[in-house]
Amino acid sequence: MPGLGTSFGRGGATTFQQDLQNSDCIVIMGSNMAENHPVGFQWVMEARERGAKVIHVDPRFTRTSAMATKHVGIRAGSDIAFLGGIANYILEHDLYFREYVAKYTNAPVIIDERFVDTEDADGLFSGWDPEAGRYDIESWRYEGMEVHGAAGQRGEGFEPRGEQSGHGAAGGGLHHGEPPVEDPELEHPRCVLQILKRHYRRYTPEFVAETCGCSVEDFVEVCQTLVENSGRERTSAFCYAVGWTQHTTGVQTIRSAAIVQQLLGNIGRPGGGIMALRGHASIQGSTDIPTLFNILPGYLPMPHTLSYSKLENFIDANTSPTGWWGNFEAYWVSLMKAYFGEHATVENDWLFDLLPRIDSDNSAYFTVQQMLAGNVKGYIIAGENPAVGHANGKAHRLGLAKLDWLVVRDIVEIESASFWYDSPEIESGELETEAIATEVFFLPAATHTEKDGSFTNTQRLLQWHWQAVEPKEDCRSELWFYFHLGRLIKQKLEDSEEERDTLIKALRWEYPTHSQIQEPAAEAVLQEVNGWEIESGKFLSGYPELKDDGSTLCGCWIYSGCFTDGVNQTARKKPHWEQESYVAPEWAWAWPANRRIIYNRASADPDGNPWSERKRYVWWDGDEGKWTGLDVPDFKEDKEPGYVPPEGSGAEDAIAGDHPFIMQADGRAWLYVAQGLEDGPLPTHYEPHESPFDNPLYSQRANPRRQQNKDLAEDPYNPVADEPGSEIYPYVVTTYRLTEHHTAGGMTRTVPYLAELQPEMFCEVHPDLAREVGLEHGGWATIYTSRSAIEARVLVTDRIRPLRMNGREVHQVGLPYHWGGRGLVTGDSANDLAHMALDPNVHIQEVKAFTCGIRPGRRPRGPELPRFVAELRDQAHSRREQDPRIEPEEARKT
Amino acid sequence: MSAPDGLVTYGDEQQERVGFFTDTSVCIGCKACEVACKEWNLIPEDGLSWTGNSYDNTGELSANTWRHVAFVEQEKPLLTNGNGETGLRWLMESDVCKHCTHAACLDVCPTGSLFRTEFGTVVVQQDICNGCGYCVPACPFGVLDKRHLAPAPDLPAFAKEDGRVWKCTLCYDRLKGGHEPACAKACPTKSIQFGPLDELRERADARLAKLDAEGWNGAQLYGRDPDDGVGGFGAFFLLLDEPEVYGLPPDPVVTTRDLPEMWTNMLAAAGALVVGVAAAFVGSRS
Repeated sequence: MPGLGTSFGRGGATTFQQDLQNSDCIVIMGSNMAENHPVGFQWVMEARERGAKVIHVDPRFTRTSAMATKHVGIRAGSDIAFLGGIANYILEHDLYFREYVAKYTNAPVIIDERFVDTEDADGLFSGWDPEAGRYDIESWRYEGMEVHGAAGQRGEGFEPRGEQSGHGAAGGGLHHGEPPVEDPELEHPRCVLQILKRHYRRYTPEFVAETCGCSVEDFVEVCQTLVENSGRERTSAFCYAVGWTQHTTGVQTIRSAAIVQQLLGNIGRPGGGIMALRGHASIQGSTDIPTLFNILPGYLPMPHTLSYSKLENFIDANTSPTGWWGNFEAYWVSLMKAYFGEHATVENDWLFDLLPRIDSDNSAYFTVQQMLAGNVKGYIIAGENPAVGHANGKAHRLGLAKLDWLVVRDIVEIESASFWYDSPEIESGELETEAIATEVFFLPAATHTEKDGSFTNTQRLLQWHWQAVEPKEDCRSELWFYFHLGRLIKQKLEDSEEERDTLIKALRWEYPTHSQIQEPAAEAVLQEVNGWEIESGKFLSGYPELKDDGSTLCGCWIYSGCFTDGVNQTARKKPHWEQESYVAPEWAWAWPANRRIIYNRASADPDGNPWSERKRYVWWDGDEGKWTGLDVPDFKEDKEPGYVPPEGSGAEDAIAGDHPFIMQADGRAWLYVAQGLEDGPLPTHYEPHESPFDNPLYSQRANPRRQQNKDLAEDPYNPVADEPGSEIYPYVVTTYRLTEHHTAGGMTRTVPYLAELQPEMFCEVHPDLAREVGLEHGGWATIYTSRSAIEARVLVTDRIRPLRMNGREVHQVGLPYHWGGRGLVTGDSANDLAHMALDPNVHIQEVKAFTCGIRPGRRPRGPELPRFVAELRDQAHSRREQDPRIEPEEARKT
Repeated sequence: MSAPDGLVTYGDEQQERVGFFTDTSVCIGCKACEVACKEWNLIPEDGLSWTGNSYDNTGELSANTWRHVAFVEQEKPLLTNGNGETGLRWLMESDVCKHCTHAACLDVCPTGSLFRTEFGTVVVQQDICNGCGYCVPACPFGVLDKRHLAPAPDLPAFAKEDGRVWKCTLCYDRLKGGHEPACAKACPTKSIQFGPLDELRERADARLAKLDAEGWNGAQLYGRDPDDGVGGFGAFFLLLDEPEVYGLPPDPVVTTRDLPEMWTNMLAAAGALVVGVAAAFVGSRS
């Protein structure tokens, strides 16, 4: 989550759901929290009962809107305009929390004079390289400082780029030397606050209304409610989910909220924060101990072929001179000791030279393109159903059909495993079973009740669960699969003399097993994740104990402390009503260091006193000489509020006593991100990749840095805005989940009690749209894009209102995306309609806003289906070609 | 008329009467109650058909659905003070057997299968029910229903053709073990509250007063009143509109209320008939 990572220093929710009960105002945006997080939503209801305002901003009126005290409907994909409007309202009327902003954020920092804002360059920041299709971020930096990634890439011949902070958990660092040049009065024309003011000046309530399709009054009411409920005495929280992330501007949307919450002084305080809601039981865990190609556990970067030839360079490039990333080497060396044990030594650079390197984008969408090109031989799919769950499902299925082999591990035979005999492409004749050479291995997986382990939930909380029953027949846990796979590979390579096998041979792979099936002990893995002192075997109590000399071992530095004192801290189940406060620190364990609200030093004023009695949380106890409060202080316990770093101090010691954002090199939250993002230091409104409108601000229509696949035949795009041909796809479509199903449906369409509650794929449309195109409630509709066409039952409802903007009425079509060809209930997959244009920072697809056409009746069957889609597409594209309207980015290959 | 029929016969074994207070003003329509109920009570799936009726694909309470969440989309503001600017609201309500104080189903059951438990709830004993179905039309809410399912040989619980009546037991087995019913346990927002009925009624009164003070549009208690046509519900509701809007009868009356009078009248009529016929014979002889 680079949006949060670059703003605050860690890529995780800044708060926890139980704390929402203390909010005076909760803005839920980009999330349907009541439907997708019903258990956590109880705390929103609790806040509402206590008198809090609950505002839901969403294209649809959902079960969340039904519970809100205010719902504002906006056009899908216009979130940055709305949030930018809030920022402008705050700045324009001088309503920001001045003391907080001046001390705790980088508002006073002066930016390099070469920086040019999008407002002055028609939608591009300075440094845009049209040839490369990316930014040179040199001019974005703090005045007088060199750009330096905290966990980034800086090496010989490697130009600084935005994408330098792994998965964004690391705040960008600053170069060795002086503190930033500042204007404490916040008046210097190049200080961040003044840049912000100019940047957002045009985001007036009228602009927001025109761009988002809401009323000026509704928008202003939201601004006023937020402002009235922020400050010393009151706090407001934001909750978001993939309604914000799944856009070509997803990361910048989250950045927008980070800016608003900084201006209002709501981070690190009870009832405040930004609650990133995650859609799976352990999606936070899957980035902390990642399933991603470009980071290692704890957001340590994966070495890259281009950037680092030597360990020394790698360590230097990733060590921030100040802040907690200053101890990068200790985290790195301890991870290598966890991987390779005694084989990793200071003499052999902890085996750095032998580590694999990444050489390109290996994200899921890029890999699919490689499959289509015939460049991928084998693929393992575990806990994912790309044939249904990924954008442009057809491209994925066609890609799978070009593999030599495919392993699918899941609890049921999902569509990604059965594509070779029952996919829509088999039905249409685009694939023939006999002609598919892919050898598919389906390996049945154990469910969570059949294995021990932990989930890391949406609020960074690690919760242990125990096995209840043995898995049936051939079903096995993930742990079992990877442990025995590794064991067998090691066995086979035991006598290998090849240098390339050295790492595998050196790998520590010693986990005790139990039961007849030889299940590895999950707790032994957790112990390794926590880490220990190698000589004594003593478990570490946290990452400050990690050493860079090879004397400690730790599988994931941010999780260090989860097995303190040899006790599985994640297995603690003491309910909050048996604990002293609602913070309930003895329920499970949260990273980092069991802190529930992070950056909580900010809940006290610069002198260390609570901002108000009502909002006291963590404060400085002068008598005891330490920080104390309801939570574990997210600050060095005995560092006085008045501490000034002595000259030449490094790492954590270089963070001042009144700088709460200890992961950032300057200890401040970042309103302006000098480094760490691909598409700009500030969020700015761009239209979605596919939208019916031009950008009202700039001739630069969409995010110039978005990743597109212009040469990929399998991923064609609809004409947009007023381009000829766009009238074939005139509606905005947004996809989403329902309470009753889970993501791509593998776990729920197969369960009768859930399948019966939402048994069929449907689309939600307003009565006006139904009349306009002749849709009948309860009947069928065919929805189409350049990629594909699907059918759905028609649910006509007032809950999806048409919006008026730019003198035009815009209709939105709502599509849940749970269905596929298998299970007790089947249906077409909404994701087949979506394209694969991506956010440049995290390679996430834009399935929350694209364009479509809709007509009554069922879709064509068999070979008629691709013909139908192609005819409309060809028509649209030929109209566009007759009247080409070149977009500024059109000439750029990205 | 507030003591449930039959409860006093338990003597020392009589427990405090318990029930549900379902507060729809905090129901988020997640249907966790429906699923938890089915999981705990091993109720079979009830048809995989899409209704198009908002997000309600359950339809109604039945032998195979003991909790049912109704969804009502309305052009009505949530608050009466004019703040409900969109005028749109989406009501959700988890319906269940009312466990009436005076339960007609009990009255008409010829086998004694339906009985009043020591907790004051109404339960069908499946090993006694002969599937006669008298109770089905007797219920003023349409809760009672016969189970008609094709046998599922691979599922022991459903191996045989059924035909008996099934309904909410207020988790009688869980109550016996000192646990709250599954639906209340699963409800994330405390929309379904379980407890001693007297306490629930107090809670509901306070809740209604709060909503009224806040200006909620149409807030009202349904089935809380011990003087209503069924003597009050053991499972009552706070609604945000008239009961009809949710598909509930506005003024339910125990269908057996008039039975004694009907029997008296009928007996009188029959007696008169006998007398008349006899008189005719007597008359003809003479």
